[in-house]
Amino acid sequence: MSSDEIAISIRGVGKQYIISHQGEQESTLAESMLTWVKRGFRGSSTKETFWALRDISFDVMRGQVVGIIGRNGAGKSTLLKILSRITELTEGEIHIDGRTGSLLEVGTGFHPELTGRENIFLNGSIIGMKRAEIKKHFDAIVDFSGVEKFLDTPVKRYSSGMYVRLAFAVAAHLEPEILIVDEVLAVGDAEFQKKCMAKMGNVAQQGRTVLFVSHNIGAIATLTNAAVRLSAGQLMNYGPTAEIIREYLSDGKPASDTDVLNVSTYRRDALTDDTPIFFREIWVSSDEEEFTQSIKIGSAFTLHVIVEVRRPIHGALIDVTLKNSQSQRVVVLFSWDEDFRLDLEPGVHEISVVVRGFTPTEDSIYADFGVNGSPHSRAYDVLLDYPLMNIVASDNLLHWPGRKWGTIQATQVSWAVKRRD
Amino acid sequence: MDRTTILTPRAGFQAINIRELWEYRELLFAFAGRDIRVRYKQTVLGVVWVVLQPLLGAGIFSFVFGKVAKMDSGGVPYFAFTYSGLMFWTLFTSTVNRANSSLVGNTHLVTKIYFPRLILPLSGIPSALLDFSVAATLMTIIMVTYGIEPRIGLLLLPIWLVILLMFATGIGLWSGALAVKYRDINYILPFAIQLLLFASPIAYAANNVPAEFQIYYYLNPIAGLMDAIRWSFFGTTQNGWWPVGYSTIFSVSVLIVGATLFRKMEREFADVI
Repeated sequence: MSSDEIAISIRGVGKQYIISHQGEQESTLAESMLTWVKRGFRGSSTKETFWALRDISFDVMRGQVVGIIGRNGAGKSTLLKILSRITELTEGEIHIDGRTGSLLEVGTGFHPELTGRENIFLNGSIIGMKRAEIKKHFDAIVDFSGVEKFLDTPVKRYSSGMYVRLAFAVAAHLEPEILIVDEVLAVGDAEFQKKCMAKMGNVAQQGRTVLFVSHNIGAIATLTNAAVRLSAGQLMNYGPTAEIIREYLSDGKPASDTDVLNVSTYRRDALTDDTPIFFREIWVSSDEEEFTQSIKIGSAFTLHVIVEVRRPIHGALIDVTLKNSQSQRVVVLFSWDEDFRLDLEPGVHEISVVVRGFTPTEDSIYADFGVNGSPHSRAYDVLLDYPLMNIVASDNLLHWPGRKWGTIQATQVSWAVKRRD
Repeated sequence: MDRTTILTPRAGFQAINIRELWEYRELLFAFAGRDIRVRYKQTVLGVVWVVLQPLLGAGIFSFVFGKVAKMDSGGVPYFAFTYSGLMFWTLFTSTVNRANSSLVGNTHLVTKIYFPRLILPLSGIPSALLDFSVAATLMTIIMVTYGIEPRIGLLLLPIWLVILLMFATGIGLWSGALAVKYRDINYILPFAIQLLLFASPIAYAANNVPAEFQIYYYLNPIAGLMDAIRWSFFGTTQNGWWPVGYSTIFSVSVLIVGATLFRKMEREFADVI
């Protein structure tokens, strides 16, 4: 396995989807026939098309670990789906040299009625392992998952943590030459995530080729040495990870100081009709200014978060992770810590957080926002890498530009909420 | 095992990749094993349902058609006559139904992982066959009970079985692929199957069909097959061999057409499911 061999060659790849507008979608035979008849009269089809990906070309060398980054809707998932042969490309050509395994989620095909043992074999077969391979790794899988006591219990009786650990354990023992991974790290508790990251690191060191998509820029930075940045279906750049991440983050910056960013660009998952609460607008104020993007080192600031509530919610929690320009966490604000819970009626509400004693160095601050029903449930809405503010030098505070210490301080936080509409 | 995969836009009809299907045979049996294990979880009677359904069906049919309508079964005890038909009919319907729902029922697999899509509809066959073998065991008991002598013709049963499976799989592939885009199929299919049950000599013998309709009656490939199945079991006379020949050609054609359409439509499964 020499490193100058090309493992994946992607040339001019594009994927086109046909958009059916609401009401025009042919989901029944009758509608389809109707369209067909209409088309006969009109002579041509009036369907709108949309390129989810266009003109993507790059090579991945054998043994290289490449991250794919981009905001929601950039085409990351489409690219992975094409590479894992789930969906077909519309144009272009891809050569993949070697046995390929793809993990677009963990636990694909797990059946709740089957036992842990049965699911290991089922899921293993689904992700492409031979029965003999699963048998060979069986003990290691069980060991890694830590669920040996419940092997003969149906997985529907598992806690969500156990379920995910077992699922990841099977996935971690898939040994293809080329691995295509999507978001699998976004599972489990912190300790298990650490274990998963270590396992992923091992995979990378074994000289296997890995393509890795994640919203977690930190994980991309740790695991990959090269990255591809996609935006609106186009390949923006391909190069060393650090450089691509810097570019990615700065790309999200507002054009001017008075510009309120559209939060939906940073939304992790598209909203559904079921979403009870979501973020609408976010900005920062200081003691001097109602609206600002520059905070002096050491000054207090207030985060204003406008949420829209569609269904009454009770006991919801908000979390905000402030990160520096290297995507390292600086401070995590979690309303659970201050025992602040949201009981909101439908409408628009403003949540404000006053933060004191936050004294990082001069840097750009990005933030992830989440709103949850409980500390253990899936978030209702998540924003990632939202460019929040810049920390600027202060005249009355001694500092050294770019100092690395003292970024995490005893921060005082107070939460409040009021109705806005 | 080094190999190169080339992905390019495909157009038109695709041949079936037998080699790839063979490589994925373990997955087929993993799916089949899952279905068999899961099917009778949380039921009180469990596997008993496998024999209960054709038994009750045969009981009702032999009462309605044998006792009430007094139809002619060629001297064969009516219960044995309908049961022998029903066990093959059940194999037919469960193969079609499983293949039909295999894609829509496994959406999470179709959108998350690659495997030859044909594996899903085909994976219903082993469990349908397992049910069939249980029902067939009961058939032996029924034959002994009624004192029906085993005939040399029984040796031909596997051939009728294969032809029936080809027909069922062909329909299942076609309807399953269509159901991905048009869920209407899920409403049409049960109705069509019920219609076919009465249009086939399951509950009654084909001889009862008026002579002037016979030629149309045998357009249904199941009619000729059922005659052949009854001949194997009981040595009952049938209307010549041409209906079986027709059924064979028809079933093979349905399978080829079904598989070809499936291959053509599978490209957009993940996008439209």
